[in-house]
Amino acid sequence: MTANSPSVFLLMINGQIEGANFPEYDDLYCKYCFVYGHDWAPTSGLEEGISQITSKGRDSPHRLVWNFPLEITFKSTNPLGWPQIVVSVYGPDTFGNDVVRGYGATHIPITPGQHTRTIPMFVPESTSRLQKFTSWLLGRRPEFTDPKVVAQGEGREVTRVSSQGFVTLSFNIVTKDTKRLGYDTTATETTHTHPVAAGFGPGNQTLSM
Amino acid sequence: CLLLALSLWSPPSDLPPRPQAKPVPGSSHSESSTMRQRMKDKLKAARSEMGLPTAEEAYNFFTFDFDPEPDEETRKGQKRRTRPEGENEEGEDGGDDDEEKEEEDKEEVTEELFLIDQSADDFLVFKRAEYMGYQRRLQSENELLFTPSFLTVPASSKVPENMKPRYLEEEGLYVGERPPMSLTNQNILENRILKQEQVRWFGDDGRIMALPDPIKESSTRPPLFHIEDDLDPALQTVYRKALVSKHASQYISVGGETNGDYQLDVDVSGLIFSHHPLFSQEHVLGSRLVQLYDQHLSRQHRNLTEHLTTKLNGLRNTIGNMLEVHGGQRLTPVMQQRISEYKQEVRNTRRLRDLEQEKDRTLLKGIVKIWKEIKALRDFQRFTNTPYKLYLRREEVERASDVREYEAEIQAEVDELLDEMEEDYQRKVTEYRRQQEEWKVWRRKQRAKNKKKKKTQSQLDDNEDDEDNDDDDRTDGEAEPGPPKPKPPEEPDMEGVEKQVSEKASRIRRKPGEPILVPELTASGPITPNEQCPRGEFARREDVAKRSIFIKVLYNDKEVSRTDNRSLNSDFRVHFGQIFNLKIVNWPESIKLQVFEVLGLSTTLLADVFVPVPESSILTGSAPSEELVFSSNLRVMFDHEAVGSDVPFSFEVDGSNRQTLLTSGKLSCSVSWAVGEDDVPLAPPTTQPNGLKQLDAIASIGASGLNDMKKLGEWATESRLDPNDPNNADIMQLLKVASSGEVTAPDYFRLEQLQEEFNFVSEEDLEQSRRFRLLRLRNQEVAEFRNYKFVPAMEREVTDKVFEVRSLREIVDTKGHLDAHRALVAKHLHKIRESIINRFLIAKHHFIMSDLVQEEQVPTIGILGLNLFKLAEPKRPLKPQRKERKKVTAQNLSDGDIRLLLNIIRAYDIPVRKPSVNKPAVTSKSTRSFTETLTAGQSQRATQGSDWLLNQVQVRPFVEVSFQRSVLQTTTADGPNPCWNEDLQLPFSAPNGDYSTANLQSMKDEIFINIFDEVQYELGGDRGKEVHTRLEKHWLGSVKIPFSTIYFQSRIDGTFKVDTPPVLLGYSKERSLASDGGYDAVRSLTEGAFITLFITIEPQLVPGETIREKFESQESEGLLLASEVFERDAAVHFPDRPCLTTVININGKTVFITRYLRPLNPPQELLDAFPNSPQEATDLIARYVSLIPSLPDSVSFAGVCDLWSTCDQFLTLLAGDEEEHAVLLCNYFLSMGKKAWLIIGTAIPEGPTTYVLTYEQNRYLIWNPSSGQYYGQYDTFCPLQTVGCLVSADNVWLNTQAYTSPLRIRFDVTKAKLWKPFFSRAFPNPGLSSVQCITLHIILHLPFPKISLTCRIEKILKEKIMEWRPRNPTRWNRYCTSTLRHFLPKLELSRGRDVADEHRLELQSLLGDYRISGFPLHLPFSEVRPIVEAVYSTGVHNVEASNVEFALAVHVHAYPNNVLSVWVYLASLIRMR
Repeated sequence: MTANSPSVFLLMINGQIEGANFPEYDDLYCKYCFVYGHDWAPTSGLEEGISQITSKGRDSPHRLVWNFPLEITFKSTNPLGWPQIVVSVYGPDTFGNDVVRGYGATHIPITPGQHTRTIPMFVPESTSRLQKFTSWLLGRRPEFTDPKVVAQGEGREVTRVSSQGFVTLSFNIVTKDTKRLGYDTTATETTHTHPVAAGFGPGNQTLSM
Repeated sequence: CLLLALSLWSPPSDLPPRPQAKPVPGSSHSESSTMRQRMKDKLKAARSEMGLPTAEEAYNFFTFDFDPEPDEETRKGQKRRTRPEGENEEGEDGGDDDEEKEEEDKEEVTEELFLIDQSADDFLVFKRAEYMGYQRRLQSENELLFTPSFLTVPASSKVPENMKPRYLEEEGLYVGERPPMSLTNQNILENRILKQEQVRWFGDDGRIMALPDPIKESSTRPPLFHIEDDLDPALQTVYRKALVSKHASQYISVGGETNGDYQLDVDVSGLIFSHHPLFSQEHVLGSRLVQLYDQHLSRQHRNLTEHLTTKLNGLRNTIGNMLEVHGGQRLTPVMQQRISEYKQEVRNTRRLRDLEQEKDRTLLKGIVKIWKEIKALRDFQRFTNTPYKLYLRREEVERASDVREYEAEIQAEVDELLDEMEEDYQRKVTEYRRQQEEWKVWRRKQRAKNKKKKKTQSQLDDNEDDEDNDDDDRTDGEAEPGPPKPKPPEEPDMEGVEKQVSEKASRIRRKPGEPILVPELTASGPITPNEQCPRGEFARREDVAKRSIFIKVLYNDKEVSRTDNRSLNSDFRVHFGQIFNLKIVNWPESIKLQVFEVLGLSTTLLADVFVPVPESSILTGSAPSEELVFSSNLRVMFDHEAVGSDVPFSFEVDGSNRQTLLTSGKLSCSVSWAVGEDDVPLAPPTTQPNGLKQLDAIASIGASGLNDMKKLGEWATESRLDPNDPNNADIMQLLKVASSGEVTAPDYFRLEQLQEEFNFVSEEDLEQSRRFRLLRLRNQEVAEFRNYKFVPAMEREVTDKVFEVRSLREIVDTKGHLDAHRALVAKHLHKIRESIINRFLIAKHHFIMSDLVQEEQVPTIGILGLNLFKLAEPKRPLKPQRKERKKVTAQNLSDGDIRLLLNIIRAYDIPVRKPSVNKPAVTSKSTRSFTETLTAGQSQRATQGSDWLLNQVQVRPFVEVSFQRSVLQTTTADGPNPCWNEDLQLPFSAPNGDYSTANLQSMKDEIFINIFDEVQYELGGDRGKEVHTRLEKHWLGSVKIPFSTIYFQSRIDGTFKVDTPPVLLGYSKERSLASDGGYDAVRSLTEGAFITLFITIEPQLVPGETIREKFESQESEGLLLASEVFERDAAVHFPDRPCLTTVININGKTVFITRYLRPLNPPQELLDAFPNSPQEATDLIARYVSLIPSLPDSVSFAGVCDLWSTCDQFLTLLAGDEEEHAVLLCNYFLSMGKKAWLIIGTAIPEGPTTYVLTYEQNRYLIWNPSSGQYYGQYDTFCPLQTVGCLVSADNVWLNTQAYTSPLRIRFDVTKAKLWKPFFSRAFPNPGLSSVQCITLHIILHLPFPKISLTCRIEKILKEKIMEWRPRNPTRWNRYCTSTLRHFLPKLELSRGRDVADEHRLELQSLLGDYRISGFPLHLPFSEVRPIVEAVYSTGVHNVEASNVEFALAVHVHAYPNNVLSVWVYLASLIRMR
């Protein structure tokens, strides 16, 4: 890859899972993973992670804080399948069984800079009241077969979910070579378009899928 | 008068003390000039006496106002000052002459020098101001000015001379309302225009032309308020966020706060029956009278006659005017045209008027007649039922004027008619003349022609001259039919016209002098009380009193409310007077009122009345009540006086003149939009989705539904719409636009007309770009690109190579086949596969809940009980059982996550080594029959028992498992019945790293489990000091298990027959034990080695489910339903027994399973091979079927379903699953007269599969169709484990016995207790026809030389073996090869049985020098690859010895229909010396 004609662009994500707001639950931990398309690959950093268990503090009775850092760099040739972060939160129920407390996903912000995202969380519902009762009793709540399901649209119509709480994430996004490949992700207010970017390959770079 | 500000300038020293030197306003020029003079003098004097200033002077100097200008400036200032003086002087002398002034300007320069010296008197002329006397001025002004008078201008002066003003309004044309203008102003303007003699400003009516008042009554814009002002808080604008309507399209879309707050008021005021079954005769007449009267009233209200008459008069006047104006002059063609148009109009109007008059007249007559009838009826029946009374009011007219008018009218009409007739006549006459002219010309020509002909004729033959002439005339006339001779038109009948007109007038018009009759109907007459009525009438009235009426209101076909019951009165008028307020959410589509009649408890629907949905402008309060007519064709008959409905009755006594009346009536109601509390109409916005909105203008005129522009245009021209009428403005606009062609509605409909704009790139670019192509292929999940990573960002980085893979695959495929036919088949198979895959691509993306969400099953009582039971279980049971493991969906797996677990437990009957110096035991080769085979165990053991005792040579077998080219082996055990009990773990990796279900299902990898003998050779151990040993492994046999089987079964547990080669050089298949133990007796019923295995995948993968989709079918609905029920029942009661009643054919359609079975002739060649022994033939056929290559459906149609192809498809494709083999075998057996069934069951290792059951010689045989093996019912090594159901050509039986193992069940399907039939007496077989062809198309001969195939396979294998031994040289022993080659055909003939000894003899010569280990492999032929794989798995090439030689021979035997059997003989030779 020469500096003049890059064939991939890079997306660097620094950030953290700051915390969550689950009014009813305590002692939660979270897992995260990234879901991305075929044309993406992580070049460095952790793709998956699991946080410590956090309890609500006396000062902030509504807030669970993880401050769990995220650091990953992706390379890609195609914005199709832009990475999404999937966060799932777990914690003990009344009987001490580890159950899922919420799933949520969001796309990584596409524009460079600092972003804060608050993801609403949800869990799948039991199919019937009896199921609900037994799952509560046994501490085996329904879970997604794969947390990555929440980052995809296909097949969701068969599920039923209920909302739980919120997880807040912050991102610092740095991109490299996106503009050179014809993907202008910055806001349109910045009118300075570099002549390099403008005059770069009129044929194919501006087109993308 | 001038103000001169004199300024002094002098140095302060010589300024004289002059307080009076202040500027003094000079009153006259002379004064000022003298003063200037004096000043000059003084200045001179001051300069002369130079001295010190006095105190006063000093004071003056500091306090005096100096002019700051220097001297020159002063001079100039003087100059300037002088100029206006001069001008003023000149101005005052009155001679205001420009030239002079200019002249003076020029002279100024010179003059100004002298200006000071000259006095103003020289230029001034004093004169008296001129005064014009008032009278004179008036006079002169009168010449110039004009004061318009405000008196009305006489009309005559406004229209052109000799013309009467014409009033368009009177002629029936629409004239808009003029803008208001005071009469005075109008008069003034008219006068002014007249003065200017611009008559064109006046219209025909003598008034100033004016456009209609353009000012709308209400403002279209809301009033503007200024924000600064303090607004009424109610008027403040409030910002609301844009809201998405929550109502779907069928709901009223709402914008704003009135959320669906719409209300329709349905006012049902009442109903009047125009006919009711309970009407008496008098009622019938009465209602008719009322109808006529109503008609009369409405006609009078509209007064069409009057209107038309006026119009007629107007038109007549116009024509008269036009003719008058242009009097004697020649009329321009335009005028003529107009006149004729007017005349046409007059004719039409007259006709219409006449019609109307006639109607009026007949109506009046009708009213009077009916009234008379009523009176007669009342007299006749002596009671009164109806309160109607008719009065006729006479209005006397003045006879003389009436007569005059009448006459004039007739005269006018007669004149016009005459005129028309005259015109008509004239036209006809001219026409006649023209025609006559033409005719004459034609005639002349004809004559000339005839003459010519005559001449020629006469020259030719003189004899027949006369006759020919006649003939010629006739023939010519016939040949060229000229125009017929025109007839002169008839003279119009002038007298007749007058007569006609007056006749007509007397018919349709009131006679002159006759009084005008005005009927008046009242309903005030008395009705005879009930007591005085006769019995029939009394009964009728009773009946009427019993009835009551109510009305249901249906909105959008849903009942919303109903009125109260109202009893029917004697006048058959029902008053409801109820208003229903409907709060609506849906768009009003229909509003229906249903009229019900109640009699006692029964209710009958009389009629449906549809009320139009009101326009949104129709609001409650202003909505007019409409009368909607309804009728019902109910037949009602009574035995009393009432006339009934749909029953003929008569008013006459004799019963003539019968008539039939139907129940009918008028419902008066009104539907309107309600008005809210704050006077807001609760109507939805007018932007309705009801189409036709833009054509509302037309609808209002009464031509609704005209959306064809052409028709509309025609209609507009026909109906002569007045273009000036604002009512028609919309149409005119529409027509104008339509005719100009701007709004040409396209005759096609486009769904996404904006698509083009939103296209990402043009279609061409999309096609051309390699990158987009790649992306699209990946998106379509084309196999090669399904998980393609990193599609390059740039077009140029996508190489064409990427796509070559795809095209290459197909090419290689066809090349890889050695046989053109098979290549074609492969192609065909590929095509079918593609199409089926495409078909199920969508279905594959269907998810069910369990795919996405993991949920614990609700524990049933049974499970709870078991769990409780488990608590008491020992922790370490003596015989542990395998537990079910958690299943893992294959989505989140990656390489290395999955392993293949093999537990190799033990083996039986492994061939044992023979000492190399073994005297060949010559045993007679015998052809065995079935019975012999089945009992062979005993006899063989008996013969071999002694042999074994003598030469007990050990065998040291071990098992080597290879999967995906990774190889693992067990330790070596001893003896022919070794026990390893070892676990092996093989890594598993999916192709492309794609662990999706579909991909795993389509994996074709196989697990090879090979049994080897480990042989230890001592090398160079001559001296006994050092012993070098070399280990060699000799292949003894193998088991192949496809991965897909493991994947679907999730575990494989059992004892398998090891595929051992028919000949194993250096080994013999010894009967293992001499003892006649009971265990052995059972086991050794079948020959061959066996191995016990357990295979599974860790972690357990969830196999993909077959598509949950219903397939289309040509079976009858009942059959499908029955089969569904049957299968469901089976699944409920016997969940572990596979039950199959319908299968899917290769086209993806559901077919009933019995249709597949039908006797089919096996190839004659096979039958002929053993004409004397049917057993041999059966064997051969089974072998033939098994030679057709097997290809699991689940591999070819990954994750789709099990497809059943018919036998001919199977034979054409030469590839199929167990089902196809079984069906073919079964069909062959059936044709051979055997009793045969299909067994649907499970077997190891195949899993759910299909076997064939035959019944012969009082025993049942179970055939494995894909191996050609058969087993007795009680054979313990029969791979068939469960029997689910049996299928014959006409029925399906489900196994309802307690056990499923073939050992423990009875196959007698006639026992209803044991087998549940599908077709029973209750549901007989409808006689399903078979899907199989009657005869199979058999290709008897190979389409290509099999020799070449043999050679090619041999060559490929040799190359491969050399390739696998890269470090060692590979030598081929040619002698051995040729020996082996000779031997192979014999093997084929004997089908691999009992040739070992014979063979050994033949190889004896070689065996002396070499130690040979080798074996023939036997394979069905489909492709080269499986052969190569099989050779590789034997590991012959792995011999490391330096002096090793190889021998390889290939033989291909061709069976009918291109079924090939391939033998590969492989041997390694090591020279002993």
